[in-house]
Amino acid sequence: MAYSRMVKVLMSTINRSASQFIASVVSNKRVGQYHQLILQVGEIVTFCKPGNFIAIKVGGESSRMILRRAFAISRTSQSSSFGGTIELIVAPFGSGSSWLCSQPEGSELDVVTPLGTAFGIPTEPVKALLVGGGYGSAPLFGLAEVLKLRGCKVDMLLGASTGGKIYAPMEGKRSANSLRIYTEDGSMGEKGRVTDPIWALVQDNAVDVIYSCGPMPMLAAISKLVEGTDIVHQCAVEESMACGVGVCMTCVLPVANDQGQVSMLRSCIDGPVMDGSLVQWDLVGQVPEVHQ
Amino acid sequence: MTTFDFSTTLGSAWFPTPIFTASGCASSGKELSQFFDLKDIGAVVTKSVMSKPRHGRPTPRMAETPSGMLNSIGLQGPGIDSFLANDLPWLIEQKSRVIVSIAGETVEEYATLARRIRSVSGISAVEVNISCPNVENRGLVFACDPDASRRVVDGVRKTIGGELPIIVKLSPDVTNLPEIAAGVVDVGADALALINTVLGMVINLDTMRPHLGGKTGGLSGPAIRPVAVRAIYQVHAALPKVPILGMGGVSSGRDALELILAGASGVSIGTASFGNPTALMQVQHELKELLVARGFTSLSAAVGFAHREEM
Repeated sequence: MAYSRMVKVLMSTINRSASQFIASVVSNKRVGQYHQLILQVGEIVTFCKPGNFIAIKVGGESSRMILRRAFAISRTSQSSSFGGTIELIVAPFGSGSSWLCSQPEGSELDVVTPLGTAFGIPTEPVKALLVGGGYGSAPLFGLAEVLKLRGCKVDMLLGASTGGKIYAPMEGKRSANSLRIYTEDGSMGEKGRVTDPIWALVQDNAVDVIYSCGPMPMLAAISKLVEGTDIVHQCAVEESMACGVGVCMTCVLPVANDQGQVSMLRSCIDGPVMDGSLVQWDLVGQVPEVHQ
Repeated sequence: MTTFDFSTTLGSAWFPTPIFTASGCASSGKELSQFFDLKDIGAVVTKSVMSKPRHGRPTPRMAETPSGMLNSIGLQGPGIDSFLANDLPWLIEQKSRVIVSIAGETVEEYATLARRIRSVSGISAVEVNISCPNVENRGLVFACDPDASRRVVDGVRKTIGGELPIIVKLSPDVTNLPEIAAGVVDVGADALALINTVLGMVINLDTMRPHLGGKTGGLSGPAIRPVAVRAIYQVHAALPKVPILGMGGVSSGRDALELILAGASGVSIGTASFGNPTALMQVQHELKELLVARGFTSLSAAVGFAHREEM
């Protein structure tokens, strides 16, 4: 299929479009439990595709935090006043992300981007299902816009433990044909898990491709649901990274190749977007050779 | 300024600058080549390669710590066949100088690896990594045992012949580092790489168990720089003629200068590349300026300068 081939092409060259540069903060707004940051990135914006991520140096010069923090690029845009900009949705949970969320407009950030694989975009109009967990939904809105432009039907499912953790901006909702929200505590949308309706949609032939982004158990559950079907599942994985550029080998996942051979692939270089059917979800956190 | 000599030597190998990657922190060079030209640094020290492909340790493999990080990769790599067929030719094509790092589980594995690379052209030196802390059994770290260290290096020297310089990478986690260093020099090491990571552990307060899949990990980054300076100073004092490739928490020209004054002839940049992919270029530039500003006419004049007698 055209789109799975496209993912492979992107994987074959390492950090091809990535640059290290100073990006300034155009705006920083609180959106519920998250922060929406807009960064000025200039011409680099043309290389940033849905699924790619950015690695940002945090904490300032005397920081004891030595590693960059990686964030998915949620949307890109070109404006006459700021040139190329990218949008990030950041949850201020750790010390690095909290520092980032405290950066006022005009701050300068040392960034490396675009990194990682992008979501493969089908060349023909298909029925796409976008599934997001927590703020994992952020990059799906930019993806939805791209898919709509290709004539795809875009249905979106968003889920979180509670309503406050759902990220669904008004303008984003317009980029999908339908949007359903699920919360485990029932405080927003329907009560349940975001994966609950997927099997029925699969049975109804309502899906050709699933794009997912969110916690690893969610990605694993979707992969299991579509096992044995013709549905392509492109998921953006989440593993803790030290470098983000492929040199440290910390963010690895057990992934099979076409011949079924399992190796530990880097989620920063061979991911974050991976073919969900190839990721060996049961072996995550283990070493494959022990189980073969 | 134009007459400043920035070059260095490790054994018989010459390098135009004293700044190198650190093994395990640059993979095989491809990833960093997007950010700078590999031939502009002293050399790429490749990730330690073993005889067979290896998956490494389970995840999580990383924990950030104050001014440092713990890693427990466990020498994941493609194995020597794939390395020689793919990674090395690519590096040579880039006109990069290459130091091939090898690691084994037995004395014989090191000798086997040495046999595989001895006739390959384009290699400046071999780094014998006998100090990776991320092996299954900590008891297997050759560098913690003076006798085992000697046996590994002796085997490599005898296999590789007299031409290719051997750099032996040692661990700071020992009682008497100069004794182990003298032992490996005695059996044919031309230079020493100091230091490998320091063994550490982080407990996850949610699971209340060791955080890393491999339980223990190697501590690196600025947190260990004073340990590196001490180790280099001690070994240079004991073996002033043996060149040292220094490393441990260097992220600026000032840090690199500290290691050189302690006795290092070259400096490897490891963890700093994780946070800053152009760290090697930055350190190289800053170090040169600092040396010139202090009136040195060559890098070699500054090596071990902290040991000079009081006037």
